[in-house]
Order: sequence, then structure tokens, then C-alpha cells
Amino acid sequence: MMDFIIQIMPNVVDRFDVFVESIYETLLMILISGSIALILGLIFGTILVVTRPGDILENKFIYTVLGKIVDLFRAAPFIILAMILTPLSQLIMGTSIGLKGAYIPLIIGTAPFCARQMEQALSEIDRGLVEASQSMGFGPFEIIWKVYLRESIPSIIRGFTITLISMIGLTAILGVTGSGGLGVFCINYGYNQYNYDILWVSLAILVLLTILVQGIGNFLARKTRH
Amino acid sequence: MICLINLKHITKTFNTKDGDVHAVKDVSLQIDEGQIYGIIGFSGAGKSTLVRCINLLEKPEHGEVIFDGKDLLKITEKELRIERQKMGMIFQHFNLMKSRTVYENIAFPLRHLKMDKEQIDKRVMELLELIDLVERKDSYPSQLSGGQKQRVAIARALATKPKVLLCDEATSALDPHTTQSILQLIKKINKELKLTVVMITHEMAVVKEICDRVAVMENGRVVEEGDIVSVFAHPQMPVTKNFINTTNNLGKIDELIEANNPLVQINENQQIIKLQYQSGNTSEALISKISRDFNVDCSIIFGNVEVVKDSPIGTLITIFTGDHENIKKALQMCRDNDVVVEVMKK
Ligand SMILES: Nc1ncnc2c1ncn2[C@@H]1O[C@H](COP(=O)(O)OP(=O)(O)O)[C@@H](O)[C@H]1O
Ligand SMILES: [Mg+2]
Repeated sequence: MMDFIIQIMPNVVDRFDVFVESIYETLLMILISGSIALILGLIFGTILVVTRPGDILENKFIYTVLGKIVDLFRAAPFIILAMILTPLSQLIMGTSIGLKGAYIPLIIGTAPFCARQMEQALSEIDRGLVEASQSMGFGPFEIIWKVYLRESIPSIIRGFTITLISMIGLTAILGVTGSGGLGVFCINYGYNQYNYDILWVSLAILVLLTILVQGIGNFLARKTRH
Repeated sequence: MICLINLKHITKTFNTKDGDVHAVKDVSLQIDEGQIYGIIGFSGAGKSTLVRCINLLEKPEHGEVIFDGKDLLKITEKELRIERQKMGMIFQHFNLMKSRTVYENIAFPLRHLKMDKEQIDKRVMELLELIDLVERKDSYPSQLSGGQKQRVAIARALATKPKVLLCDEATSALDPHTTQSILQLIKKINKELKLTVVMITHEMAVVKEICDRVAVMENGRVVEEGDIVSVFAHPQMPVTKNFINTTNNLGKIDELIEANNPLVQINENQQIIKLQYQSGNTSEALISKISRDFNVDCSIIFGNVEVVKDSPIGTLITIFTGDHENIKKALQMCRDNDVVVEVMKK
């Protein structure tokens, strides 16, 4: 058995400790950047929905400006965005490489995407529900909390799932700018040294992770939908 | 009678890309406590906009909204929210929270009041009994029929013990049978809880069934208003007559006359007369009196009895045959006996 593994993926076995470390870093990146990006996305998405024309906190200025900023970041190719953000990462995290260097680009690269996902999720809320709540004497913040957010939990989960999956892809791209995780592992030990087994195994891990996130997301969305 | 809702010169205009839409134009209405007040009109007449001006879901640009003695346009947003808790509202599409059970939906408006769990539970159970859905309390809205959903919406609207229930086309998405059961429930609530009800509808049958008073809207204006029985008995405006005709076949007669159908073809000495009477059995005696005293033959081609708020309104379409002068005298006699007379063709 062991012989077989060594035979098909000799380089992975050779660098096994770095390999495990890389997986751990990738997971940590997704966990931390993911959490922050999801929260930011949810906040911005909610602001976009409630400030849009005709909604409970209608505000043309905020709606337009925030919308433009979100679109700007979404339009930027991630790899270039990550390069541009290196000084910011230096400033905030003290470094732009390694695990610590991955957080800022990942958050800024994903939060706008997440914001649009959340905006779409909250837009599914029927206008009638909001009016019914207003007619009962609920104020705007109660409506955001108890109607917009609470009633779109299944859609929010679906948006989160899509966001996390796109983030898994971005963690790999970050290998180019020298961040940690499987991306840099692939570049340093796989691509640059023609060790294709390392690329294949890393790919398998990332695909598995994607399937896992999708599965959990689907399960939770189904659990919360009535 | 104490006036609960007093709308004075309400005007609401929507500014849209395609120009201004004058949805409500200078409408004044008074709705008394304990009344079931109907507002009827065709789609686009401005009914929803008007009712939404009562709880200020729409802010009118002119006019006053006096509710329970307070001018709602003069109070703060926070005070308005407290006033809104005294007004329940139900909608055509129910607007229930899909992720909450029947129980949670009904408890929903109570959650932001200072009520403890036990009080809320007691209130919700009372309401579940009122709408007769106790055993469905843990169901989700998606598991209920349209009628059941509207019952839950009614319970939710009543949770805060409001003074008025605003109903915007509450039965328009329901089949006739379910409509009846919802109307009966609203009637019962009106009687037992002394709750004022404002019913928006485009169905005359609904108004006829439960309203005490009715306002007829057309193009943003109230064109006719009054006690339900008198509006039914003496409709003034064409739109009102139109609505009344939707609940019976009287409109057909006009069509027949229009098309000069053989059934309504008459000679020189004949006239087609519509007679309308309100108290029970006067018609027959009247008709024999007409032939006896005035030498006018009276044949009935159509008859209808409308029951409005438990009081009958009879309509007869007749052909009078006789001398012109005599017919005139006979009609005067009818008028003297409180029968409404309309010459449809001569
Ligand atoms: N929010 C809105 N924006 C623009 N026009 C509106 C709005 N709400 C209603 N209207 C217009 O006002 C008129 C009256 O509408 P509405 O009050 O809904 O009538 P009804 O309930 O009698 O069918 C219609 O012409 C409608 O298109
Ligand atoms: Mg309407």
C-alpha cells in the first residue's frame, strides 16, 4: 500500500510535512478571511438592499456610491488586485507574503462578490412582508433583523456557499504573490520543479474541499427552508 | 357615533418616469367606530393607495389623517409606530413569514412589545382559537391553504388588539366558498370585538355581504358614498350602477334594450319601467292597483330581490301598456309609495 502511494506521488510523500502545513494554511485562510468577508458582504449587501430606491432606508447617495465601489472591486482581476494590495497588507498585517499576507487580498477580493450575493438573497424578500411589518409598527432596524435577514436565511446560506467556493479558487491564485497555502506549495514544489503529482494531489484536495463546502451549504439551506 | 378615522382632503400623487400619477384626489371620508366600511372601485381607482394613507404606508402630500383623535401627519416617526400597533392590516397575498410557523407568525407583532413569554403564549392561543386553527399552530405557511393563510394573517393583525382592521382585497385571491368563510370571520370579529373594519375590494358581492357603509372610487376620487342599503337602492353614478349590476342580471336588460332584442320591443302605448322597492310585499298590491285605478296593464319581464345587510331590495322590470297620461299618473302613484321608478324605454 505504502509502496503504491510512494510510487504514484513520490514528491508529495517527500514533502509530506510541507504538504500538510499547506493544507492547514489554506483552511485557515478560508476560515478567517471567509468569516470576515462574509460578515462584510452581509453588511454591505444589506445596506445595498435597504438604501435602494423605494426601500425602508432609501438613500440614493449611499446606494450609488457603495454600488460603484463594489462593482469596481468586482471588475478588477484578482491577481492584479492582490498585487496592488501588497502595500496595504504590509501596513496592516506587517507582511504581504505567507499566511499573514493572504488575508487582506482574500477579504477585499471576496467581500464585494459576497455583497452582491447577499444583495440578491435579500432582494428575494417580498415587498409585502416589509409592508406588513411596517403596518405592525416595526422600525427599519427591526425589519432588517427580523424580516430581511431572518426570512432569507436559506438564500444567505446559498450565497455564502458560492462565496466560499470562489474563495477556495482565489487562495490558489495567491500562490503567485507568495502567500501561503496550497497555492504556493503547488508553485514552488510542483510547477517550478515539474512535479506533476503535487499539482494533481493539491487539485484533488481543493476539489474535495469545494464539494464539502457545497454539500454542507446545500444541507443547511435545505434544513432552513420551509 | 364616534368617528375613528377621519380623512380630510387626502391627495396622493406618484411621480413616475412616465409622469405624475394622481392616485388619490382630494378624498374626505369619515369612518365610525364599530363600522364595516367598504371602499369599492375598479383596479387602479386608488383604493389601495387610499387605505395605505390611513396607516401612512403612503404619505399623502395634502390633507389630514385623523385616527383616534390624533393627526398622524403631525406626530413623530416613533409615535406613528405606536399608533400603527392600533391598526391591523391584511393583504391580498397574505404576506406571512415563510420561515416562521403559524404560531410564530401570530406572535411576531407581540415580540417587540414588552410582553413576557406567558402573556404572548396566552394571546396567541386565544387568537388561534378565534381563527379555529389551534391544531395547525406548528405548520408553516407553505403547508396551509389560501383561506387558512388569510386566517393566520387576520390573527396576526389582531394580535396587538387594534382598533381597526384594514383589509386590502383580503378575499380577492380566494375562491367563492373560502371568501364566504373569511367574510363570516370578519363579521364575527366586528361583532364580538367591536372592531372597526375597512374593506377594500373590487367585488360588490363582498360589500353587499358585510359592509354598513360604502364609498365608491373612480379615478382617485370618491364619487359616491353612503349607507349600504341606500347606495344599493338609489345608486347615483354610472360606476356604482355598474358594480351593482355585477351582482345580479339587471345589467343584461340594458344590453337587451341596447340591442333592441324582441323581448324588449314595445309599441307606441308601452313603456319599459324599472321599479325598485325596499320593504317586503308592497309590489304585488301596487301592480294590481295600477291596473285597477289607472287602466294600465303591467307585465313583469324580470324580477330580482337583492339582500343587502339582511334587508331586501326588490327590482322589477316591467312593461306598462296604456294611455300616456295614465302611465304618468301610475308612476307618480308609485313614487308616492316610496318605489323608485326609472323609465328605461318609451
Ligand atoms: N408606488 C407607486 N408608484 C407609482 N404609481 C403607483 C404606485 N402605487 C400605485 N400607483 C398608481 O396609482 C394608481 C392607483 O393605484 P392603487 O391605489 O393600487 O389602485 P387600486 O388599489 O384601486 O387598484 C394606479 O394608477 C397605480 O398605477
Ligand atoms: Mg389595490
